[in-house]
Amino acid sequence: MNPQPVTITFDGRPLTAAAGQSVGAALASQGVTAWRSTRKGGRPRGLFCGIGVCFDCLVTVDGETNQRACLVEVCEGMEVEGS
Amino acid sequence: MSVTVDVAVVGAGPAGLAAAVAAAEAGARVAVVDAGNQPGGQFWRHAPETVQRQAADVQADGHGHHGWNTYLDLRARFDAAQHAGRITYLPGLQVWMAERSEDGFVLRTTPAVASAGAAPVTVTADRLVLCPGGYDRQLPVPGWDLPGVLAAGGIQAFIKANGVLPGKRFVIAGTGPFLLPVAAGIAEAGGKVLAVLESSAPSAWLPHLAAASGVPGKALEGAEYAAAFARHRIPYRTRSIVTEVLGSDRASGVRTARVDPAGRVRPGTERVYGDVDVVGFGWGFTPQMELPVSLGVETRLDADGSLVGVVDDRQQSSVPGLYLAGEVTGVGGATLAVLEGLAAGAAAARPDPGVPVKPPAAIARHRRFAQAMHQAHPVPAAWQDWLTPDTTVCRCEEVTAGDITEAREDLGARDVRSLKSFTRAGMGWCQGRVCGFAAACLGAGPGEAPGAGSLAGSAKRPLAAPVGIGELAALDG
Ligand SMILES: Cc1cc2nc3c(=O)[nH]c(=O)nc-3n(C[C@H](O)[C@H](O)[C@H](O)COP(=O)(O)OP(=O)(O)OC[C@H]3O[C@@H](n4cnc5c(N)ncnc54)[C@H](O)[C@@H]3O)c2cc1C
Ligand code: FES
Repeated sequence: MNPQPVTITFDGRPLTAAAGQSVGAALASQGVTAWRSTRKGGRPRGLFCGIGVCFDCLVTVDGETNQRACLVEVCEGMEVEGS
Repeated sequence: MSVTVDVAVVGAGPAGLAAAVAAAEAGARVAVVDAGNQPGGQFWRHAPETVQRQAADVQADGHGHHGWNTYLDLRARFDAAQHAGRITYLPGLQVWMAERSEDGFVLRTTPAVASAGAAPVTVTADRLVLCPGGYDRQLPVPGWDLPGVLAAGGIQAFIKANGVLPGKRFVIAGTGPFLLPVAAGIAEAGGKVLAVLESSAPSAWLPHLAAASGVPGKALEGAEYAAAFARHRIPYRTRSIVTEVLGSDRASGVRTARVDPAGRVRPGTERVYGDVDVVGFGWGFTPQMELPVSLGVETRLDADGSLVGVVDDRQQSSVPGLYLAGEVTGVGGATLAVLEGLAAGAAAARPDPGVPVKPPAAIARHRRFAQAMHQAHPVPAAWQDWLTPDTTVCRCEEVTAGDITEAREDLGARDVRSLKSFTRAGMGWCQGRVCGFAAACLGAGPGEAPGAGSLAGSAKRPLAAPVGIGELAALDG
C-alpha cells in the first residue's frame, strides 16, 4: 500500500495523514490520544473500541458534530475539531 | 430510497458475505446492508479500497489474515452476483430499526458517517438474515478509561485498516485465544509487546482439543502464533492480570499480578510495567444482540456467558423467516461464521426445500471446539474484587463501581434495567454496549454471573444506532 498523503486540520493545526486512514488513526499515529473531555468529570477520551461501538472517540468533522473518529475516513482539507 | 427483495442480510462480515452469496446463488434477490464501507466485517477488515490499488495489494491485504482465500472466493462470488443484479449492496449504512411487517421485515437505515453522503435506504424483505457480529467484551479495572487503553480487537482492526500502529509499546491482557493474533499482529507491524497477560492457564490442551473436536486446523493456527511469539520474544504470562492502568491523562504503565484459578490476586506477585503507551483489553466477545432481541427471537446463555440467539438446523430463529448466523448464535470465530452464513443464506432463499436438509457436520465440530475454548477461558469468577469503589464502570455516564454497589445494596437494583434507571449506567451514547456485561455481573453480586434476563435487558435498545430527529419523524409519514 502506498497511499498519497492528505492534509487535514485538527483544532486548526495542519496534520498529515495517509489517504484512506480513519481520523482516529491519523490522530493516534501522530501521538494525539485524546480529543474530547467527558461532561461530568472532564476526563480525556480518544479511541477505545476502534470499531464504532463505544462513541468515546466523537469529533466534529467539517461542522458535523458527534462523528466517530474511528469510522470517518480522512480527505484533503477536512476540518476536525475535538470537544 | 427503498429496496424490496426476497432476502435481506445485515452485515457483510464472514457470516453475512457467505449468507448473501448462498442466497443469491440459490436464485433469491438479495440486499446486503453493512455499516462498513467495504465487505469483510471485523475479521476480514482490510486497507480501504477507495485508495488506488493493484492486484498485489489485494494479496498483501491478506497478510496476517487466516482464511484470506476463503474471503477472496466469497468476494468474487459476491461481486459477480452484484454485477448480475442479484445482490444490492448497501455499504456505509447502519440499521437502526428492524420491524416485522405482515409478510416479512422492514429495515430502516442511517449513514454510519454523516459526511460520507450515503442516503438512508428502507429495505423490505420476505426473509431476513441477521449477521451483525460482535465486539470485544470488557471488564473494568482502575484506570481503564485512560486514553491509550484500547479494546484488543480494536487494536487489530486499527492495524488491518490503517496499516499503522496506535502506539509503540503495548501490553495485552484479558483472556482467550484471540489475544494471540492481536499480539502477533502488533509485533509483525513493528510494535513492541511487553507482555500478554492471560487470566486462565491454557497450556498443552489446545492441540489435543483441536484434534478431539475434529478441527486440526486450529492446532496449526496455535502453532503459528507460538512461533510468532518466539520470534518476537513476546512473554506470555498465564494466570496473570492487569490490576490497574497507571497514568494521569493517558496510559503510561500497568500494575499486574498473578491470580488463582478463581481470579483472586496472589499477594506479593504485583509488578509494574512502565513506559507503556497502549494497553489492550479483551475478555472474549459480546454478540450484537439488539436487532435479534428487538424482533423477539428466543435467546439463551452460551458457555461464555453471552446472550445469543437460538437457531434450528437451518439457522432459523424462533421467529419464522428470521435467520441468524455468525457471532449472534454463539461466539465461534470466522470459519464457523462462514459455515453458518452459507447454511442460513441457502435456507432463506429456499425456506421449504421439499426434502430434509441436514446441517453440515463441520458446524457441529466447530461449535464443540468453541464451547471447549470458552470453558478454558472463563471470565474469572472473582473479577469484581479488582475494582475500587471509584473505578468507572459506565464510561459514557461516568458511573462508578461504588454507585452500582450502592444501587444494588440499598435500592435492590439487581438487573441491568433497574441499575440503568437508578444510576444511569448504560444510558449514554453506547447504550450499555461496553458496560452492559460488567454492570449485569455487578448487579448479580460478587462472584455471580448474570442471567439471560438481565443481559436481554441490556440488549434491549430502543434504537440500534443513534439517528436524527428527521429520520424518526419520517416514520410518521
Ligand atoms: C474488532 C474485532 C477484531 C477482530 N479481529 C479478529 C482477528 O484478527 N482474528 C480472529 O480470528 N478473529 C477476530 N475477531 C473475531 C471475528 O471478527 C469474528 O469471529 C468474525 O468476524 C465473526 O463474523 P461475523 O460475520 O459474525 O461478524 P463481523 O465480522 O463482526 O461482521 C458483522 C458486520 O455487521 C455489521 N453490522 C453490525 N450491526 C449492524 C447494523 N445494525 N447495521 C448495519 N451493519 C451492521 C458490522 O459493521 C460488520 O461489518 C475480531 C472481532 C472484533 C470485534
Ligand atoms: S473508538 Fe469506539 S466508537 Fe470510535
